[in-house]
Amino acid sequence: MKDTMEIRWHGRGGQGAKTAALLLADVAFKAGKFVQGFPEYGPERMGAPITAYNRISGDPVTVHSNIYEPDYVVVVDDSLLGSTDVTHGLKEDGAVIINTEKEKEELLPLLHDYKGAVYTLNAKDISMKTLGKNYPNSPMLAAVVAVSGAMEQDAFMKEMEASFQHKFAKKPEVIDGNMKALEMTFEEIARSC
Amino acid sequence: MAVRERLSGNEAVAYAVKQINPDVMPAFPITPSTEIPQYVANYIANGEMDTEFIPVESEHSSMSAAVGASAAGARALTATSSCGLALMWEELYVAASNRLPLVLALVNRALSGPININADHSDSMGARDSGWIQIYAESNQEAYDNFLQAYPIAEHKDVMLPVMICQDGFITSHGVENILLEEDEKVRAFVGEREPEHYLLNPKEILAVGPYAVSSYYMETKRGQRQAMINARRVILEVAERFQEMTGREYRFFEAYRMEDAEYAVVLIGSAAGTCKAAIEQIRSTAGKKVGLVKIRVFRPFPEEEIAQALAHVKAVAILDRSEMFSATGGPLGAEVRAALYQAKSTAEAVNYLYGLGGRDITVEDFCRVYERLEQIGAEHRITDMYDYIGLRSR
Repeated sequence: MKDTMEIRWHGRGGQGAKTAALLLADVAFKAGKFVQGFPEYGPERMGAPITAYNRISGDPVTVHSNIYEPDYVVVVDDSLLGSTDVTHGLKEDGAVIINTEKEKEELLPLLHDYKGAVYTLNAKDISMKTLGKNYPNSPMLAAVVAVSGAMEQDAFMKEMEASFQHKFAKKPEVIDGNMKALEMTFEEIARSC
Repeated sequence: MAVRERLSGNEAVAYAVKQINPDVMPAFPITPSTEIPQYVANYIANGEMDTEFIPVESEHSSMSAAVGASAAGARALTATSSCGLALMWEELYVAASNRLPLVLALVNRALSGPININADHSDSMGARDSGWIQIYAESNQEAYDNFLQAYPIAEHKDVMLPVMICQDGFITSHGVENILLEEDEKVRAFVGEREPEHYLLNPKEILAVGPYAVSSYYMETKRGQRQAMINARRVILEVAERFQEMTGREYRFFEAYRMEDAEYAVVLIGSAAGTCKAAIEQIRSTAGKKVGLVKIRVFRPFPEEEIAQALAHVKAVAILDRSEMFSATGGPLGAEVRAALYQAKSTAEAVNYLYGLGGRDITVEDFCRVYERLEQIGAEHRITDMYDYIGLRSR
């Protein structure tokens, strides 16, 4: 892992892109990293495009600007692809990860000839199979960890389990489903390599 | 042992409030400081602290209630941003002139209009003449640390002034970063209890707070406020020293970063300092140029002589303001730093740039360009753009 890994999230207000970025900061922090997780707000309304960011490093991070040349981009809502240039500035040795029910080939024309790796993940399908509801955050979080190698899979799974046990102390029945969603995502990403 | 955590700036300040457990907190919500009273109200509801929380109908009332509580002898605070601070205007001056040691957690946000919710110093810079001590933070850690130092400064008998603890809206208030938290017992021992000398709820001493002052008294009151600010200079450093003994973290009026041998310097306030530091490291390691930063922590009282001294050996300096004052000659920090340089008979060339208004981002590359311009100014001894805007769109 290089000095500081920079990740940019694209989503729509209310979909949890900011929450996912904060979760990633959380789990990387627990694994001993220096982290930043922060949102960039436009007009405050549901459904408007929003951006969130992560910096993950072995050393303290002082930079307080937004991220313009990310190592990885995560797109939580594929309907943004027509209007937002999600791969703008994205490094060519990096990757974009898109949550979609569509085939990758359908989306490629919307990525402005991005030369790096493109991953698609049907987070809705994974979430429906494991939780019975559409909560795409956990799969997208696992996907970015799997693709970026921001942390080891084992360390990630261990921290996530601890965090789910804390978060769902009153509904332990959803912990297994959430863990299963993470596992399925790692398998899915490994398959699409 | 300090506790390793990751918190947003708002969470960090709310956590400091919980540890200090002040007597009274009146508050009215406004983005981006809303989370501070929200978190504090949660702590109170969970029985983790017993501060009297007063939900009021406006910021005019939140500051009025804080003034009343502080005059009664209580330890009081409130939190706000932007237009909320503007609505407190009258009471800011009442708090300072009545020498009430209350604390305001300010999350800096642009003033309207156009309406904008993002980081900008126009709110607190507008209040710079209100008689409050103003302390600013680069990071969540500094926002937390500054808040822990606020009451010991405010309540010192030689000071007795209100303190504004400022941090940049969203950039630090909503950004999660690593932070070290001190243990509750250590914090409580450090901050201590308020022991008011004169207060309204003292049955043994009849007292009037805020009476009319005729011309033959008003000016002496102002001179008294100035003396308190002069004394605050000493007390701020004493409290910082005590804080360093507890935490190992050093605080002064400002941080002089890579200034020992610097030929070109930036002076600024707030979160952009971290970005500037990254630019300095990049320039020094790739080009070997001697560049540095003076990051202002304490803006009121203004550390005039110390700043001039820190800049004594530079060839050129760029003072960066995150608020307009429409003098048509730069911003407030620019005016005061240039006055300090003049008093010290400095020969450094000085320019004053505005940046980051309404949350406009400033990057490492922007800072690299500022240092390039300084180098050119230093070489040519000629300034073409004395008061410029950084990052302004060309159309």
